Amino acid sequence: MSISPVDLDLAWDIHPQVSVRPEPFGALLYHFGTRKLSFLKDLTLLAIVRALAESTSAREACVAAGVADSDVERYRQALDTLVRSSMLVERTP
Amino acid sequence: MTLLEAPPKQTPSPGRLVDMFEHGLDSPICLTWELTYACNLSCVHCLSSSGRRDPRELTTEECKGVIDELQRMQVFYVNIGGGEPTVRSDFWELVDYATAHQVGVKFSTNGVKITPEVAQRLASSDYVDVQISLDGATADVNDVVRGPGSYDTAIRAMTNLSDAGFTGFKISVVCTRQNIPQLDEFKAIADRFGAQLRLTRLRPSGRGADVWDELHPTSEQQRELYDWLVANGENVLTGDSFFHLSAYGSALPGLNLCGAGRVVCLIDPIGDVYACPFAIHEEFLAGNVRSEGGFQEVWRHSELFTRLRQPQSGGACTSCQFFDSCKGGCMAAKFFTGLPLDGPDPECVRGFGETALAQRAQDQAVPKPDGDHSHRTTRAERPRTRVAIPVSISLRRPDRPPVSACAEDPLAGFSPTQSDAGHGTGCAC
Repeated sequence: MSISPVDLDLAWDIHPQVSVRPEPFGALLYHFGTRKLSFLKDLTLLAIVRALAESTSAREACVAAGVADSDVERYRQALDTLVRSSMLVERTP
Repeated sequence: MTLLEAPPKQTPSPGRLVDMFEHGLDSPICLTWELTYACNLSCVHCLSSSGRRDPRELTTEECKGVIDELQRMQVFYVNIGGGEPTVRSDFWELVDYATAHQVGVKFSTNGVKITPEVAQRLASSDYVDVQISLDGATADVNDVVRGPGSYDTAIRAMTNLSDAGFTGFKISVVCTRQNIPQLDEFKAIADRFGAQLRLTRLRPSGRGADVWDELHPTSEQQRELYDWLVANGENVLTGDSFFHLSAYGSALPGLNLCGAGRVVCLIDPIGDVYACPFAIHEEFLAGNVRSEGGFQEVWRHSELFTRLRQPQSGGACTSCQFFDSCKGGCMAAKFFTGLPLDGPDPECVRGFGETALAQRAQDQAVPKPDGDHSHRTTRAERPRTRVAIPVSISLRRPDRPPVSACAEDPLAGFSPTQSDAGHGTGCAC
């Protein structure tokens, strides 16, 4: 699937049809529209995803979750995966 | 992070995602809920021996209580079946109640109540999915198994759904000796209605035990089915029920593992909770939703589920070169054919199952399901004999979660990725 990478300077939200279930390892995400399941495999990623709603950009959410600059690219890739499976959507004004 | 990159290890290391699944989740990902044993049909292979309503059936209010609990536990969705669930007069009320409480619904039906009006209403909800049962691509093959007129009923329901604009509903086929030659025809029917084909395994559970010998695919047909599934890939759902066929070659799409009591389970019409949707038998009974603590207590603390979440032995199969992909096959299929749970599947593609079946003692009784709800007019009561067989499930591949199972699992189709956000490739249920 070809989709442009997540732009960290844009605002993103959890898709309104997605349910987030915290688990000891991170979280399970279920999309009621696509009926697909995703994992967040660590708690930092969950913190980022949770912070998206109050952040004006994905980068801001990473900062809020305490992600070091050197780790941002790795988490951007994880967010990419979530965008590709429609778990996250770009915020439209 | 990248927990699934870890190489396979015999000893699970703490912190890996796969271990979280093996040890069971705090809540199931999804579960099967047989709402009623009442059914207008008397399919010869019915897993739950359905027909007559059980007078102890959960009331509307009790069902809503279960839904409340599933919402609190964040169970994403339930696979509702029966019996024929739509014959419950409160069925639509319960579907609406579930979806209003963030519990998605997929229900299995023979189509009897899917009128044009109902189809319209279903098409308008994102939270409800429908699965129509069809066991023959032609009426002659279907109706022998499902009863006279059942083919026409199913086709009428599909027409109504399709006309209402409901695309992507499922057509669910139990693969038998009689219908495996029709695989391409089934696919054509699904394509015609904009539906998705779902093929599952005939299990010797419920009344299926009575007809398994005549209906289960021959070994040549198993090979044919395997090749067909490989050719059709992820366009065809399987509920991950054919992982015992992986020994023919590459693993089929899906996780190919048993998640009984770990990520899936079954609630029956009277509230009994079983580890596996295909094993309604006291050996697999963990508790009842009516007991103190409800479903959550059963799921989290029952003795049986706790035991199923312990490391399991692969037994006689462990030395097989295909054990890694087959894992000894299906627990329910072994149990109801009287085979040891740590031995080969009765349909083992290497033929060990047939050997094991032939070696069963002549006088050995095969376990029977605990409840026979068959219509008395069509079925005689069956003798109730029992064999004690210890419950265990086979050794899982250490690098993969024991998810899915034969059950209804959105993880079927999921393959571990290298990223921090794993994702399923789709609901392969």
